[in-house]
Amino acid sequence: MSETLESAVKAVCSECGNDRERMMDIVRAIQGKFGCVSSEAMDMIAKQLATHRVEVESVVSFYSFLSDRPKGKVVIRLCDDIIDEMAGSADVANAFATELGIGIGETTADGKITLEHTPCIGMCDQVPAAMVNDVVVTNLTPAKVKDIVAKLKADVDADLVDAPGDGNNANDLVKAMVQNNIQQSGDVIFAGMEPGAAIKKALEMAPKDVIAEVTKSKLRGRGGAGFPTGLKWKFTSDAPGAEKFVLCNADEGEPGTFKDRVILTEQPDMMFEGMTVAGYAIDASTGVVYLRAEYAYLREYLESVLARRRSDGLLGKSVCGKDGFDFDIRIQMGAGAYICGEETALISSCEGLRGDPKNRPPFPAQEGYKAGPTTVNNVETFCCCARVMEKGADWFAGIGDGQSVGTKLLSISGDCGKPGIYEVPFGITVDEMLKMCGAKDTAAVQVGGASGQMIGKNDFGRKICYDDLATGGSIMIFNSKRDLLKVAEKFMEFFVDESCGYCTPCRAGNVLLLNALKTILAGKGEASDLEYIETLGNTVIKASRCGLGQTSPNPILTTLKNFRPAYEALLVAPSKDGYQVSFDIKAAVGDAAAIAGRDSVHAY
Amino acid sequence: MSDTITLTIDGVEIQGKPGQTIMEAADAAGIYIPRLCAMDGLVPHGSCRVCTVMVNGRPQSACTQPIAPGIVVDNETDEINAIRRDIVDMLFVEGNHFCMFCEKSGNCELQAVAYRLGIAAPRFPFQFPDCGIDASHPDIFIDRDRCILCGRCVRASQDLDGKDVFGFVGRGSEKRIAVNSDAKLKDTNIDVTDKAVEACPVGALLKKRVGFAVPIGQRKYDHKPIGSDIEQNKGSL
Ligand SMILES: Cc1cc2nc3c(=O)[nH]c(=O)nc-3n(C[C@H](O)[C@H](O)[C@H](O)COP(=O)(O)O)c2cc1C
Repeated sequence: MSETLESAVKAVCSECGNDRERMMDIVRAIQGKFGCVSSEAMDMIAKQLATHRVEVESVVSFYSFLSDRPKGKVVIRLCDDIIDEMAGSADVANAFATELGIGIGETTADGKITLEHTPCIGMCDQVPAAMVNDVVVTNLTPAKVKDIVAKLKADVDADLVDAPGDGNNANDLVKAMVQNNIQQSGDVIFAGMEPGAAIKKALEMAPKDVIAEVTKSKLRGRGGAGFPTGLKWKFTSDAPGAEKFVLCNADEGEPGTFKDRVILTEQPDMMFEGMTVAGYAIDASTGVVYLRAEYAYLREYLESVLARRRSDGLLGKSVCGKDGFDFDIRIQMGAGAYICGEETALISSCEGLRGDPKNRPPFPAQEGYKAGPTTVNNVETFCCCARVMEKGADWFAGIGDGQSVGTKLLSISGDCGKPGIYEVPFGITVDEMLKMCGAKDTAAVQVGGASGQMIGKNDFGRKICYDDLATGGSIMIFNSKRDLLKVAEKFMEFFVDESCGYCTPCRAGNVLLLNALKTILAGKGEASDLEYIETLGNTVIKASRCGLGQTSPNPILTTLKNFRPAYEALLVAPSKDGYQVSFDIKAAVGDAAAIAGRDSVHAY
Repeated sequence: MSDTITLTIDGVEIQGKPGQTIMEAADAAGIYIPRLCAMDGLVPHGSCRVCTVMVNGRPQSACTQPIAPGIVVDNETDEINAIRRDIVDMLFVEGNHFCMFCEKSGNCELQAVAYRLGIAAPRFPFQFPDCGIDASHPDIFIDRDRCILCGRCVRASQDLDGKDVFGFVGRGSEKRIAVNSDAKLKDTNIDVTDKAVEACPVGALLKKRVGFAVPIGQRKYDHKPIGSDIEQNKGSL
């Protein structure tokens, strides 16, 4: 590469208007070009943006896809979530390590290839999976790994996609081996819609009537929290503020969720349509899609859809010929941080900051992106909005169950015959769902991802809906051979890695919870440890600042509630010497003994 | 619009002003809510969570939550104090705090809040993290072992000193306080008289060559528990 760091930094920064708020794009671009954002680069960026160096460093050090130390030209990120693990990701990891001659976290001596682990990349229906830079490789086996490594060794830019997946995965701008795995379509999301149909309907109404229609449809957010969408739009619309914003949450980081991936692949028009309707309803002229770095392979295609919509008059000045309604959408890439799916952290990230959540109040609807009133909605929610406009609130409210109306996309993975996407009406029971996806010998189902709950057979008669078993879409199925405590451990490790570290209970409490669980798994736990876990978990839930910490103890607490015997079977009786069983005195005095050159006479 | 707001804290009715946080209203009424990351003159941070109170039964941080008419706030209850003790314990074990030979002992807010909450020693297992010291500056040093990530130095430097000496890097349990230079504190424009240095509630930012000038036993919290100054306001409204 002939481009010097300095000229690259200058070019990238000026492309971004030397705007400090575009920090994410700037550091991502430098990372892409040079394999890291070095200390030197940080200085240059700070200077170019007339900001402080520590602000650049704080961003670079926050996101897992950014690094201040050089990585290989190719970074292989192996998904290490529980579903991949059940499908043999350990063998795949070993195969990569052997073929490359390096361990996880290392780079080959020639500086070409780095091997890493990464949390859920949204491919649980085609496991084990990995990312090779932005290219997703799925259904991996040690034999396939051998082939991939051979290709990469010959040429770091080698094409790894022999056969592209179905639908738009085969589009020239996507060309991914990813499969959609749409196992069941419904009438809301995976049905046809003429581009512009929903917008035209909306534009016939006054903005406040659009909001009234969405409210009447009883639509609730599909991203997990289930907040009524019409109400959120009303708050945003009512809030004083010169400039308002529509943000689409395409961060899809909850382990086991991959439904937004499929919407982004197959129904992006509908999502953009819903965002545009929202823009009209709340009087915004800017929309932003926050796209997780793991889905970078979809970016070019999404940009092309945006470009087409612009030339068709569905975006830009006077949308659909409506004077005074200008609306456009840009895509903001993430850089590997689950917390950025939390709406205020997402806003921080869009503003070029660390992905720290913000204090509430003010809520985003009052003061969000760039301090303007902002509605943040999930990908699927925007699609529902488009459908509500097209078919009417009554039609939409007629599907589903009680207060949970419309359909829900479920991302089903794990021990079942047909993993994939299922569009189901709300109110389906767990039993019905298990049958639908061909699950046998099911012992437990994790509903709602890592932050959700692990339920057992007693709960299989319950319904998937907001008032019973709520889920943003993640359903992970475990048969009777799985060790559920290991699953809980995996999820806790995820939260420890993904906590932003802003507040004490989440930053420190999750580490303590994980350690307590590890103690039990190591066969050194006592009955009192269960009590300790319950109390500590309660503190983390009650005192944490955002939804991450308010749910992160769930993997342990819900397995403890629903599968207590599994824990009890591992407990040991308190030791007679009065020490905790987990206390290893030899290890504790080891350093001192080494310095003294002899064993402590009192210690044993 | 009326210019007072009535709310209840621990069964006592108090008046606050519109725009105040629960903590500000409580302070003015002489009710102490324990805190670490909050400091007069700085924008609330809401990070330590020690000031967690129940507002109409829901946990909120008193330093960031605005008052509203008729809200019922629980502050001194067994449940809340248990949560606060857990949080303070977490702060102790996630760092390396050795009160017995820390220069800040007696002036340390972490220690003082712990004593006030009845903590003699943390109950959680120590993590013994590797944090690092920066003693490069002639007059000031950073001991990250004792840093509780409250962000007071960050905000004080920005908002009171008009500089930007500190920031946070890393995330989760790897989060650390960092300085605005590619190397060390000495390469920043910090000065020993900066408000940022005074803002540290613990012994993470200390001045050199003044250690133990005030003997242990004669320090701020040696005689009166933390919060006593606030409680002196009691009944003054
Ligand atoms: C830690 C955390 C991660 C989240 N991740 C996502 C996500 O990936 N996608 C999403 O739509 N919502 C996510 N949410 C929920 C958002 O904060 C927010 O509620 C949602 O985007 C609102 O959209 P909705 O009302 O359409 O559901 C997350 C929340 C938390 C606390």
